[in-house]
Amino acid sequence: MLDEIKIIIHNGKQFITDPKNVQLPEPFRGRPEISTVKVDENKLVELCPVSAISANPVRIDLGKCTFCGECAFRFPEKITFTTDYKLSTNIPEHLIVKEGENIPVEIDREAIRPEIKNIFKNSFKLRQVSAGGDNSAEFELNACGNANFDIGRYGIEFVASPRHADGILVTGPITENMAEAVEIAWKAVPEPKVFILCGTDAISGGIFAGSKAINREFLNRIKVDLYIPGNPPHPLNIENGLLDLIGR
Amino acid sequence: MNEKFENICRVKNNSATDLNLIPVYTYSEFSDLALNLLTKKENHCVNYFASPYKNGLRFIASIADDTAGDIILLSHFLASSEPKQLNSLTPKITALHIFEREIFENYGIAFKDHPWLKPVRFPHDRFDRNLKVNDYPFYKINSHELHEVGVGPVHAGIIEPGHFRFICNGENVLHLEIQLGWQHRGVEALILEKKQLLQRVILSESIAGDTAVGHSLAFAQLIESLGDIKISGQLMVERAIALELERIAIHVGDIAALCTDISYGLGANIFAILRTGIINYTQSWCGNRLGKGMIRPGGINLPFTNEHKKRLLEVLTKFEFQFVELAHRTYKLSSVQNRFDDIGTVNEDLIRSIGAVGMAARMANLNRDIRSSHPFAGYIQFPIEPVILPKGDVFSRFLLRRKEIKRSIAWIRNILANANFDTPSEKPVNEIVLKPDSFAISLTEGWRGEICHCALTDDTGNMIFYKIKDPSMHNWKALELSLRNLEISDFPINNKSYNLSYCGYDL
Ligand code: SF4
Repeated sequence: MLDEIKIIIHNGKQFITDPKNVQLPEPFRGRPEISTVKVDENKLVELCPVSAISANPVRIDLGKCTFCGECAFRFPEKITFTTDYKLSTNIPEHLIVKEGENIPVEIDREAIRPEIKNIFKNSFKLRQVSAGGDNSAEFELNACGNANFDIGRYGIEFVASPRHADGILVTGPITENMAEAVEIAWKAVPEPKVFILCGTDAISGGIFAGSKAINREFLNRIKVDLYIPGNPPHPLNIENGLLDLIGR
Repeated sequence: MNEKFENICRVKNNSATDLNLIPVYTYSEFSDLALNLLTKKENHCVNYFASPYKNGLRFIASIADDTAGDIILLSHFLASSEPKQLNSLTPKITALHIFEREIFENYGIAFKDHPWLKPVRFPHDRFDRNLKVNDYPFYKINSHELHEVGVGPVHAGIIEPGHFRFICNGENVLHLEIQLGWQHRGVEALILEKKQLLQRVILSESIAGDTAVGHSLAFAQLIESLGDIKISGQLMVERAIALELERIAIHVGDIAALCTDISYGLGANIFAILRTGIINYTQSWCGNRLGKGMIRPGGINLPFTNEHKKRLLEVLTKFEFQFVELAHRTYKLSSVQNRFDDIGTVNEDLIRSIGAVGMAARMANLNRDIRSSHPFAGYIQFPIEPVILPKGDVFSRFLLRRKEIKRSIAWIRNILANANFDTPSEKPVNEIVLKPDSFAISLTEGWRGEICHCALTDDTGNMIFYKIKDPSMHNWKALELSLRNLEISDFPINNKSYNLSYCGYDL
């Protein structure tokens, strides 16, 4: 027993007191900022491995960006990555970062369906479905539950069955081989329910966009309630996105 | 036989070979040679694949000789005019089963007398598009006494998909068959389709996100050998440090996961927290907790400096103290030992026969570690001794992680004591011209085990074929065999004790 107490004392306090206000160290790549400096925009557009950058004015689509940082390494005067980890939103347009407009990525409170705020505020259970995820977003989702991030303290939990869940959170670009299973899992969740795309792969296909092995047709038939960008998303990004969605 | 051995093609890890230097044997010569080589204990097959070539298929086998540190290359050719049938080598060398299955699935080559000629991953470009992922032909027993339990593809928890089918006698598992393929994203095809080097390296980081460093390192080394790019000794060392940090982080996380499964709360929580310290360090170096963005062909964007060195020493000192203290307590608890000891044992012979690699081999007395047998990156200058345990049960897999963590820390410390990082390593190369008509192979040792990447180029230096092998290709079979005659409730600890990759297998 004494040994255990010693171990606990040596580890000290580990949980992050306020996940909304953490200073992550550089060179963590969070929300990019784009200056108005003139550069060869064609070159900039071309270098991006996932066509996340568009020109005139320069924009970065966080739903496509793999956060490889290459644009900032090659055009440091144009693009810098801040350590702002809050990247999640319910509005696809908010995922577009524009030249000169360096504003935080936010949730549009008005656009959240009222039942989400009313019902899930104090208890929000999600079923995670990996559909071609590379186990990095899954890794960070698991980390959300550990003693550092402790998402459970807000009543948010990942549950074993869609029947127990208030929504589905998908990771991965949705492979052809998983397309049916994703839909079955979605149908198994009782109403009202929430649909979340977690990670760049899930939002746009990421580096897998255009692969013949993926099938994203299901997404045409569904309303997405939350986008959590990142490759993988940092646990603090996931945590804040979910908290904002349920209004906490 | 002997004269055939004389003109055999031996290469080293991370080399590009002129395709004309790889002997093309008749299939019967190839079979004799391969079987002869693979019955020797020092050799094992690291890859055997087929690729379209002129008017047929070219098959290349890469057999690693762990004693000499060589890789032996053999090939044979099957013209499209010939019948799509070959005699299977699996009845003699079980470890080849998965390679023959893969070739069968991709090109429809029937391997005669293969005992288990089933689909591997239902790739989008498979030979038989009519066969769907839901049609996997599971082994069946017609019995009124036995029952089947099917789990997946979606599992309980935050985990990737796979289907596990148990045949049970009451609570006892007689047979477990694991069907994968749900995660198939077409990585190999995409690496060829996407021409930009950066796209390709990002794809390699996404083969298995928990092994981003291991796989991207294999990719970078492969491209460097094909492009004849020499990198500095310092960069090689930096890469190996990154790889060891990945090993330490995932191992300690897996120790936590095993503690979770036996409800040892202290271990479950604190080992998990210890992992945070390591991956946060990786993030403070390359910007990403999983090491994405770390490895780039020819160089590194954010080099390791003396400042990084100082901080790494601090992080490791703190980690080691807490890890050792908690491990000391955890590993001697009788409740822990009771739950893990003698459970899910696979012995050395079995492990060797299925061709297990990495951790799954070393926990059962089989010395397979590319870092020491075919050294690459920083292990050339700073060798590392593998940890080998004799028994092959869950406890061995639990203990191996503890010992490997200690060894990795000692290895990093030794480097930090001997190397300085006064001048930053070179920057990455954005474009690389590849040698024409070549075959390149790169082996690394990720935390799960041996990773193998191979590529072929055509006469203009275009990459025309890319083959990836995650250690899980072999090691899923070890999990299946571990479950035999166990209670089905022992599945979770066995599964965690291997922690195999779904996406790395499915590609
Ligand atoms: S960081 Fe994002 S926008 Fe920049 S090059 Fe990489 S993927 Fe493109």
